[in-house]
Amino acid sequence: MEPKLTPCGQFIIFQARRYDSRTTIFSPEGRLYQVEYAMEAIGHAGTCLGILAKDGVLLAAERRNTNKLLDEVSFSEKIYKLYDDMACSVAGITADANVLTNDLRLIAQRYTLQYQEPIPCEQLVSSLCDIKQVYTQFGGKRPFGVSLLYMGWDRHYGFQLYQSDPSGNYGGWKATCIGNNSANAVSMLKQEYKEGETSLQEALALAVKVLSKTLDMTKLTPDKVEIATLTRENGKTKIGVLGVNEVEKLIKVYQEEEAKIEAEKKKEAEKKKSSS
Amino acid sequence: MECLIGLQGKDFVLVASDTMSARSIVSMKQDQDKMFPLSDKLLMLVCGESGDTAQFAEYIAKNIQLYKMRNGYELSPSAAANFTRKQLADALRSQTPYQVNLLLAGYDKEDGPGLFYMDYLASLNKVPFGVHGYGGFFSLSVMDRFYRKDITQPEAMKLLQQCIDELSKRFIVNMSSFNVRMVSKDGIQNLGVIKPQPASV
Repeated sequence: MEPKLTPCGQFIIFQARRYDSRTTIFSPEGRLYQVEYAMEAIGHAGTCLGILAKDGVLLAAERRNTNKLLDEVSFSEKIYKLYDDMACSVAGITADANVLTNDLRLIAQRYTLQYQEPIPCEQLVSSLCDIKQVYTQFGGKRPFGVSLLYMGWDRHYGFQLYQSDPSGNYGGWKATCIGNNSANAVSMLKQEYKEGETSLQEALALAVKVLSKTLDMTKLTPDKVEIATLTRENGKTKIGVLGVNEVEKLIKVYQEEEAKIEAEKKKEAEKKKSSS
Repeated sequence: MECLIGLQGKDFVLVASDTMSARSIVSMKQDQDKMFPLSDKLLMLVCGESGDTAQFAEYIAKNIQLYKMRNGYELSPSAAANFTRKQLADALRSQTPYQVNLLLAGYDKEDGPGLFYMDYLASLNKVPFGVHGYGGFFSLSVMDRFYRKDITQPEAMKLLQQCIDELSKRFIVNMSSFNVRMVSKDGIQNLGVIKPQPASV
């Protein structure tokens, strides 16, 4: 076989090696296909949504593994507590996500060991992204097929919401969504989110509304979604997953409101008909 | 034979360090500054093996500056103290331990002033006042008698002078002068040099 010159100036002789290193080599159009494919994979994963409010943050995740035979031992399927002040939700390959959450918890504990105080939110996100980035640059490995949403609180910037993707990019958001149909959800959030005046209660209502409209199911049920909130009480962060009853209540309120709007629309349409 | 003194008031920390640099029985220098500013409102006083002190203090100072550059905000005094302790504790268990004792004086927007006492075995304590070296045998009793939590700045200066006078009266080692600095919400302030005043009795 003819030796070929790669961008890093090494001769590739073995077919297997060329195959391996392809994950992290630019295509002639200047793209990293493996990274793009990883992002694509997340586009089919269960939806996760996060909203930042004045008095807290929330994460909501679509639950796909609903089977009545499934034992309900785990605390939550896709929302993980990282340390006292932070939690995250994941979209993508669950096995990869478990590795990443383990890394996140390790990073947080290492910081606490060194400074005896909790790690500031952005530092944790950026440390994990350093790990994710490595898999887009060094050969023989595939990137993590996981996007994450993080909610947290720290003494520097208060309540925060972050998102990170397989390329190692991350950003802070007021409201965002990852996973299946996320583009639609984000544009809905853009329309409905009121900056600086959203309370956690309103954010919960908004989350249920957006999920109901973007998840491809006719009716949202409490077993198809899990919602976690992060608030501050007496100088301590409180992270909790909403119970089935609370989620049911939120869905009911939303449906009543929808029905009201629907009825009004009907009335108006009839009015128009009769006047014309 | 070195002496570091620190005491915390209501909204400040007052610190003093002797100015002698000695090797064996020889006094090499009489105007050595043993204080290292770590950041705007954080000051470290070090004594011990003379090479180790400078090396360790500079290493900590640079790391704290690096943290500030990376993150856009500073490490709190207590976090900085715990970081320093970890570095010292790790070094202690290595082939190359540092022989340094230190005081850390800082001011935090939320926690207020703070004084931390650490020895070469990396024991860390937050203290209202603390003294390193033989000077502690003479001045800690003075502090015990006259220190109050809500001590004002002029009172603290007077107490410091009292401690130093006691040293010159009872301690056989001659400490001719002390550098004095104060850490408060306005940062680190240099209060010049004070010398023991001749005993009035």
